[in-house]
Amino acid sequence: MSKQGARPVRVTVNQRTVDVPAGVTVATMLLDAGIWSTRTSVHGEPRGPLCGMGVCFECRVTIDGVSAQRACLVAVRDGIRVETATARTSDGER
Amino acid sequence: MTDSDRLQTGLAVIGAGPAGIAAAVAAAGCAVDVVVLDRGLEPGGQIWRHRAGAPVPRVASQWLARFERSGAQLLRGTAVIDVRGTANRIEIIADQGGRALHVHARDVVLATGARELFVPFPGWTLPGVLGVGGAQALLKSGASFAGQRIVVAGSGPLLLPVAASLAHAGAHLVAVAEQAGGAAVARFGAGLWRSPGLVAQAMRYRARFLGTRYRTGTWVTAAHGTDRLTHVTLTDGARTWDERADVLCTGYGLVPNIEIARLVGCATERGTVVVDERQVTTIPRVYAVGEATGIGGAPLAIVEGTLAGLAVASPRALPASLVRQRTALRQAAARMHEAFALRPEIRTLATRDTIVCRCEDVPLGAVQSARCARQGKLYTRAGMGPCQGRICGPALELLLGWGEDTVRSPVEPTSISVLRADASEATGAFMSGHQDASPSSLTTGARQ
Amino acid sequence: MIGAGIIGAACAEALARAGLSVLVLEREFAGGGTTAAGMGHLVVMDDSPAQLALTTYSERLWNALLPELPPNVEYEACGTLWVAEDDEQLDAIRTKHEVYAAAGVATEILDPVQLASAEPQLRPGLAGALRVPGDGVIYPPLAALALLERARAAGARVREGVCVDAIGAREVRIGTERIACDAVVNAAGAAAPALTPGIPIVPRKGHLVITDRYPGFCRHQLVELGYLASAHTMSSESVAFNVQPRATGQILIGSSRELAGWDPAINPAIVRQMLDRALDFMPALARVSAIRTWTGFRPATPDKLPLIGAWDETPGLWIAAGHEGLGITTALGTGQLLADLVLEREPAIDPAPFSPSRVHAMAAEH
Repeated sequence: MSKQGARPVRVTVNQRTVDVPAGVTVATMLLDAGIWSTRTSVHGEPRGPLCGMGVCFECRVTIDGVSAQRACLVAVRDGIRVETATARTSDGER
Repeated sequence: MTDSDRLQTGLAVIGAGPAGIAAAVAAAGCAVDVVVLDRGLEPGGQIWRHRAGAPVPRVASQWLARFERSGAQLLRGTAVIDVRGTANRIEIIADQGGRALHVHARDVVLATGARELFVPFPGWTLPGVLGVGGAQALLKSGASFAGQRIVVAGSGPLLLPVAASLAHAGAHLVAVAEQAGGAAVARFGAGLWRSPGLVAQAMRYRARFLGTRYRTGTWVTAAHGTDRLTHVTLTDGARTWDERADVLCTGYGLVPNIEIARLVGCATERGTVVVDERQVTTIPRVYAVGEATGIGGAPLAIVEGTLAGLAVASPRALPASLVRQRTALRQAAARMHEAFALRPEIRTLATRDTIVCRCEDVPLGAVQSARCARQGKLYTRAGMGPCQGRICGPALELLLGWGEDTVRSPVEPTSISVLRADASEATGAFMSGHQDASPSSLTTGARQ
Repeated sequence: MIGAGIIGAACAEALARAGLSVLVLEREFAGGGTTAAGMGHLVVMDDSPAQLALTTYSERLWNALLPELPPNVEYEACGTLWVAEDDEQLDAIRTKHEVYAAAGVATEILDPVQLASAEPQLRPGLAGALRVPGDGVIYPPLAALALLERARAAGARVREGVCVDAIGAREVRIGTERIACDAVVNAAGAAAPALTPGIPIVPRKGHLVITDRYPGFCRHQLVELGYLASAHTMSSESVAFNVQPRATGQILIGSSRELAGWDPAINPAIVRQMLDRALDFMPALARVSAIRTWTGFRPATPDKLPLIGAWDETPGLWIAAGHEGLGITTALGTGQLLADLVLEREPAIDPAPFSPSRVHAMAAEH
């Protein structure tokens, strides 16, 4: 991955703090952190990003307390808090 | 407190990919006031996607620079929710970061691009299974695939450039499988001298680097794993084998995004928006360009966008050279479609238990007996999720022959606070003749 | 039986189980018309004594039948809260409580504290509510299908994708095909007048919005008292707060009424009014994600009561149509009542208010 020399930003993912490059999306940040599952499906299966462009809604996560955000459309910022449904129990459950 | 922001302009362009950028540059160059609405964080759409500050290919950087200099106003992170019109004004209602925005324009150019066609197969819903375009988008948004074992299996000219990008990023490419047969792909490759660019580069890459790992006439039949992909089953029709993989990039070509065009009432044909030689749809002052009028890649998108931008600016005849280029590029696109046509085996990979609607977890067995999209949707929930049928719709059209259901606002999910701000002084749908008025077809009410 | 919406399906079920040979003719697919567009509430309503009688009777039948229906009908026994905004409405709630009690329907009055506890997302400052625990919600297309399956199990035959062109004396015509029978039931909902001119049913358009999944956001069906006024007047457009939790955890937001012919287009001005009313009561809806909007056409009669009974002008013709916004609730009651009338059994409730013969008097009045 190319280094831009930009200062990294500090984000919280599932209560863990990580430093990530500025300008990446939340989705790519999750993948690079080894988190490939963003939500659980209606019947409880793990799901992760598919289309990368905001169409499939599989990458929905909770960002700064607001649920159902498409991770691939949101850029990381300093202090952002991200929670995937594999950590929470709300998103996608019947 | 105003309940929404309002903007007035001459031309509104929906989509800041190559087509939208070209239209904006052309129109702004003729002194038209232009506003471009784009859902993304940076302009460029999918093919010119980049992180802020990251390097971009030369063609992209030239056009992005022109766009920046053009004077056109870019609205980032702005998703169109509704489009309405009166006789002399078009109103676009958009969701800009949770806030409603009304853009009033004389003309509108739909440069809404395309999305990937996914064909369901057992295991395709496992984390680690990405689209081909999906992988490209994630890569360009900053994902590192370094060290990951990757299988790329699908169809179309995207396969090789994406494989090349992944390899360049340090991924371990285990296999690249193109379902189209070798002869068809070779014929297409031989014709590429007429259409230089990314695809030609990719063909050269394939010859030089991929070697035996690139196979034609080969496709994925299943993905395996429990919570994450672990391996993939491939076949060439004669032999079947497994490959260990962390990531599977799969996609079977592109589907034009025509939802806004259909919402507005534009005529469409086989999934593309019908336009005349000036890129005008069947609705006056509504233009469509790029992938929305037919998948054809960035060079064609740029030509069509330019033509539309010029057509918006003036009723003068369009430059003959551009019109010729458009014809040639459309012919190249037609050859591409022929070469990468889907083999019948791809349509029979899904079993009764394979999920076809990912949003609502609906398996193929549940929807098979429905006679049409609306019945399938009402009886099984397929298509009722937040993707509004964008992923399952094309797949079910392919697998079951279902037609499209109606498109209504919100064109994509939005908050209640934005939805309630959708009302305004502009009243009435476009006078397109698209709304039936006879009781025999309307007693069912608008579809659920 | 013309029509396999919730009414046609319920009537077919009642008649087939009573031993009659039933053929259902459905233009598209079962439960795909107005039935598919509605909110699917099972709700006792007291706009008139006849309406109260029919909804009460029918809801009792639903509550008895529901254990036998498949889970995909998504029945939620969530109850209804009729919400009072001020003391005047609270008085109306108390009256409602009495009226329901006299009809044998158990209700309880909630004070503001109890209301806040029952529905935390309702805004503070409301005066109270009437809780009707016997009410619920159901998913109408599959409920209609389930009733139709019961009819089939009792010997009924169903032809879908068939458009009836005309009703004659003890026969129907489909193109050149003539089907002779002992009785025809016009259960074609808002399309009933097309087959039987003179039926005073007009389409009354309604909008709905459904959200993504937010389990627990609301627990009961919530209705404002003004809903009754909105349903009652036939004149201009009106909206009324009516929100429903679905089994999926999605929130269904209604309601609106307008006379707009058959135009299915979304009317953004009406949606705005409807959502603003909902935001009045549940401010947190502002950030909730809306996935889809749609419209439907309620079959509306001038006196707000359905037509259930014989149509004197055509031998052998019966009508079961015009249920406005109470089709789902009153489907089973309608089915039983129609079967009672056809078979000349003693009906459980007084059929007179629903008699199609009343249209002559209606025409004189309206």
